[in-house]
Amino acid sequence: MSKQQGRTRRWQWLAGLAALGVVGVAVMALRPQQVPFEPGEAVTRRLSAEQYENIVRDLFGEDIELGGRFEPEMRVDGLFAIGASHVSISPAGMEQYDAMGRTVAAQVVDEAHRDALLPCQPQDAGTFDEACARTFLQDAGLLLYRRPMAQSQLDSYVTAAREAHELLGDFYQSVGLSLAAMLASPSFLFFEEVTEPDPRNPDQHRLDGYSKASQLSFFLWNSAPDKALLEAAGSGELHTRAGLRRQVDRMLDSPRLEAGLRAFFADNYLFSDFETLAKDGQLFPKFSAQVAADAREQTLRTIMDVVLHRDADFREVFTTRRTFLTPELASVYRVPLFSEVPNGAPEGWHAFEFPEDDPRGGILTQVAFTALHSPAGRSSPTLRGKALREVVLCQKVPAPPGDIDFTQFEDLANAEGSTARERLTAHSSVPSCAGCHKIMDPIGLAMEHFDGIGELRMTDNGAPIDPSGDLDGTSYNDADGLTQAVAQHPAATSCVVERLSARALGRLVARGERPWIKHLNDSFGDSGYRLRELLREISLSEALYTVAPTRPEAEAVAALSALPATLIPEDAP
Amino acid sequence: MKGKLTRRTMLRGMLGGTAVGVGLPLLNCFLNDNGTAFANGAPLPPLFVSWFQNLGFNPGRWKPETLGAGYQNNVELKVLDPFRERMNVISGLRYFMDGRPLETHVSGVQIATMGSLPLGAQSDSSLDTAIADVIGARTRYRSLEIALSGGRQSLSRRRGGAVNPSEPSPAALYARLFGADFRDPNDAEFTPDVQVMARRSVLTAVGDERRAMMQRLGTADRARLEEYFTSVRQIEQQLNLELQKPAPIAACRLPENRASEEDPGRAVAAVKQNNELFAELVAHAAACDQTRVFNVNFGTQGLRTPGGVRDWHSLTHEEPIDPVLGYQKEVTWFIDFATATFAEFLHKLDRYKEGEGSVLDRALVLWQTDHGYARTHTMDEVPALTIGGAGGRFRTGLHVNINGDPSTRVGLTVQQALGVPLNSWGRLSNQTSRTITEIVA
Repeated sequence: MSKQQGRTRRWQWLAGLAALGVVGVAVMALRPQQVPFEPGEAVTRRLSAEQYENIVRDLFGEDIELGGRFEPEMRVDGLFAIGASHVSISPAGMEQYDAMGRTVAAQVVDEAHRDALLPCQPQDAGTFDEACARTFLQDAGLLLYRRPMAQSQLDSYVTAAREAHELLGDFYQSVGLSLAAMLASPSFLFFEEVTEPDPRNPDQHRLDGYSKASQLSFFLWNSAPDKALLEAAGSGELHTRAGLRRQVDRMLDSPRLEAGLRAFFADNYLFSDFETLAKDGQLFPKFSAQVAADAREQTLRTIMDVVLHRDADFREVFTTRRTFLTPELASVYRVPLFSEVPNGAPEGWHAFEFPEDDPRGGILTQVAFTALHSPAGRSSPTLRGKALREVVLCQKVPAPPGDIDFTQFEDLANAEGSTARERLTAHSSVPSCAGCHKIMDPIGLAMEHFDGIGELRMTDNGAPIDPSGDLDGTSYNDADGLTQAVAQHPAATSCVVERLSARALGRLVARGERPWIKHLNDSFGDSGYRLRELLREISLSEALYTVAPTRPEAEAVAALSALPATLIPEDAP
Repeated sequence: MKGKLTRRTMLRGMLGGTAVGVGLPLLNCFLNDNGTAFANGAPLPPLFVSWFQNLGFNPGRWKPETLGAGYQNNVELKVLDPFRERMNVISGLRYFMDGRPLETHVSGVQIATMGSLPLGAQSDSSLDTAIADVIGARTRYRSLEIALSGGRQSLSRRRGGAVNPSEPSPAALYARLFGADFRDPNDAEFTPDVQVMARRSVLTAVGDERRAMMQRLGTADRARLEEYFTSVRQIEQQLNLELQKPAPIAACRLPENRASEEDPGRAVAAVKQNNELFAELVAHAAACDQTRVFNVNFGTQGLRTPGGVRDWHSLTHEEPIDPVLGYQKEVTWFIDFATATFAEFLHKLDRYKEGEGSVLDRALVLWQTDHGYARTHTMDEVPALTIGGAGGRFRTGLHVNINGDPSTRVGLTVQQALGVPLNSWGRLSNQTSRTITEIVA
C-alpha cells in the first residue's frame, strides 16, 4: 500500500468516526483499548506438529497414538509460528500425514473406542448405515475443520465411506478411512483465514466467525476451538464485544492455556534445537538425553511458575531464583535435592530455590540456555551473546563478513592457558569484526562461569574467569548482574509483545499495525508486566481479526521477494 | 466431476477383477537375460544422486595438474582413484552474489542446488526435483533424501515452501522402503490389497476439496496448496502402483535389515556407520526401482571427533596453518574422512551388480560444496565432481576447468544429460545456457 493510500485510509477512519458522532464516543468508551491501525494481510498456516497432536488428543482422548512423524517446521523471523505461513507439505511429509491419519482413525473406530467416540452405531457393521456415517463425519468435520463442512464436502466423504464399504464390507473400517482422509485433507492440515467484508468498516475485511475462533484458540491453546467456541462463532457472539470478551476470559481460565503458553516459549526460545543437541561424552560425561529433556522442561516450568501460576511480573523469568529440578539436573547444577517421599530418594520434579549469593538465577543461567547455545565440546560466549540479543531482546546481529582473514585470531585461539576473554579480545582488533562482537561477546563472557553444558566453574583453562561487562549502558560484575540488566532492558518486554503478536497473527506485525504494538507495550507496562493481561489485550484487539482486502498480485510478489533466506541448513554457523 | 467418476469406475473395475489382469505394469521393466536392459531393449533407467559436502577441499591439494583425459588425482582425491576412469573433476566454478550479502556456508549451497539465491516463497526449486520429475515420475518415490549426520534438513526443495525432509535414520529408511508396503517385484503371486483399493478410493474426497480452496486463496498460498495437492497425487500414485503387479526385476534383492541402534549424532563414527547402512539401502532401492533420485546431505559443519573441543567448521577458522605442511592439519583430517566416506558410498553402489554393470554405472552422482576455500569463504575456484556415466549419457575420465564461469554450467549439463528440457539455468550472473560439452556423451 502506498503512503498516500495509507494516509487516505487513516482519514477515512477518522471521518467515519466523526460521522458516528455521539455513537462513536459511546463505542470508544466501550472499547477503550482500540487504537487506529492499518491491517495486514491474511495468512494460511500449516498446523504445527504440536497443534496436530493437541487436536487429536482433545477430540479423541489422551490414549490415541499418532504413529508417525511430522514434516520439519521452518523458522522465519525467529518463529516457527511465522514459518507456518510459508511452508507446504512435501511428498515424504504427505506419506507421514497419510499414515498418521490412518493410525489415528483406526483407533477411533476400534472396539475399544467406538462406543465412546461414535455418536451412533450401525445396526450391523456389514451394511452401510449412511445416516450414522453422515452424523459421525459431520460431527468430526466440525471439530477437525474448525467450521461446519460444506454440503458437497460432507457428501464427498460420505460417498468415499460408502465406496470403501463396498470393498471392505465393514462399517467401522469404512468410516475410519474417510476420517483418515479428513485428517490428511487441506481443510484440517492448513488453517486458512476466511474473510468477509467488515460491516462496521466497508474499507476493511474481517475474519469470519469461525476463523476468529481458530485465531483465538491456536493463539491461546495451541489447539483447535472447542464446541463452545465454535458455537459462539456460529451464533455471531464472537463478533460482539461482550461475546468476544466472554470467550477470551473463559479461554484464559482454561487449563489449556498452559499448552498455548508453553508452545510459545518453546518456539521463541528455540527449544526445537534440543532435538539435535549433543555434547561430547568424553568432555561432558554428565550430559545425557535425559538431562537435555529435563533442562527444557525446567525452563518451561520456571516460566509457567512466573507468568501463569503466580501471575507475576514477566521480567522475573530472567531473575527468579525459584526453579524446579530432577535428580539428573541437580547433578549438573551440583545442588542437593531432598524429597518428601518416604525413603528420602529424590524422584521426579522438585521445587528448588538457589541461594541469594549463587550466581544462578533466571532462565538465562539455566542449562536450557547455557548448554543449548554452546557447541558440543566447549562454551561459546559469542553464541550465547548472539542468542540473548536475538531471542530475548529481538535484536538482529548481522552475519559475519564473508572475507575474514582469521590469521590474526589463530595464535590467540590456540595459545595454551588462554581464557575465552583473551581469545575473543582479538575480535576487537579487527574493525570489521569489532562492531558486532562488541554487542555479543560481553554478554556471553558474563556467562563464562557456565561451561558447555551449563555446569558451574570458576576457572577457564586454569585461569580465573572475569564475568564483568556492560549491556547497552548498564554495567555488571557477573551473570547475576547481567540477568538484572536484561530484566530492566526495555527490549526484554517489547520483544515478548512483538513475538506474541506475531505468533497470534502468523506473520510479522505489519508497519500499519505498529500503533497497535505501541499500545500493547503501554498496557503491558500498566499491568505490571502481567503476561496474562497481555494475552487478554491481544485477544481482544481488532488488529487480530481485521485484514486488508486482497492485495494486487504484483505487490504480493514484491513483498515475498523481500523475505529472508529460508534454505539455511540447520548446522550453518 | 467427470474425473472423479472415471477414477471411481476404475476402482470398481478393479474390485470386479477386470483391471487387475489387464492393467499395464507401471514398472514396465522386464529385464533381458543379462540384466542390462529391459526385455523390450530399452536400457536400464538412469539414476541421479546428489551429494553435498560443505567445507570442500584445500586449495592446491585437489585439482589435477593436467586437463582432459588421463589426469591424475591430486592428494585429497586419491581415495577416489578406483573411480578415476568413471568420474570427472570440474574445476574453476564460481558462485556469483550479485550484490546480495554473502551468507557464509549458505549462499553457495543455494546457488549450487537452485541456481539462484532464495526469493522467499518464490524461491526456485532445486535441480534434483526437475530431474526427478523427468526420470522418477513413475516410481514409488519421486526421490529420497538422506542426512548423514542427524537433523532433517535437506537441500531438496520445490516451489511454494515444500522442502523434502531428510531421513537421518537408516532403520526408518529401511522401514519406509522395504517395510510392510513393499511389493517384491519378483513375487510369483500377486493379489491387489482390498485395503489399498479402499484407501485409494477415499483419497478422491481429499482431491475434491481442491477447487473450492484454490478459489479463495491468494497467489502465494495457492502455490503452497498446489504443492500439497501434488504430494497427495504422489500418494495416489504409490497406491496405484501397489494395485498393479510389478514387473519382475532380476537384480532386485531385499537388503538385510542391519540397522541397529540409531545414532544420528555428529560424531564421525556415527556418520561412518550411517553412511554404510544408507549406501546399501540406496543400492537396493535403486536396483528394485523404488526411486531413481537420491539426495545425500553430508551435514559437515557440526562434525566432530570424540573428545575434540572444536568441530570441523570451527577448525576451518581457528586452526593455524601448519608451517611445515602448509595446510590446516586437523581440518585436512576431516576432509580426508569426508572423501573416504564418499568413496565408500560409491563402492557400495558399484558392488551391487545388475547383469554385467553396477548400480553406479547407470548413476550420475553429483558432488558439490559451498566454498572454494572454507577458511576464507571464497566463492571462486570451487570444485565439483561427477561420478558414473548415467548409462552412457555422460563422458567420464576427464578434468575440465571452466575458468570462473558460473557454477550453474555443471547443473545445466547434468539436468540436460538426464533429460530435463532446459536451455538455460540459474538467475542473474548465475544464469548460463552453456553446458560443459566435453562431458556430454
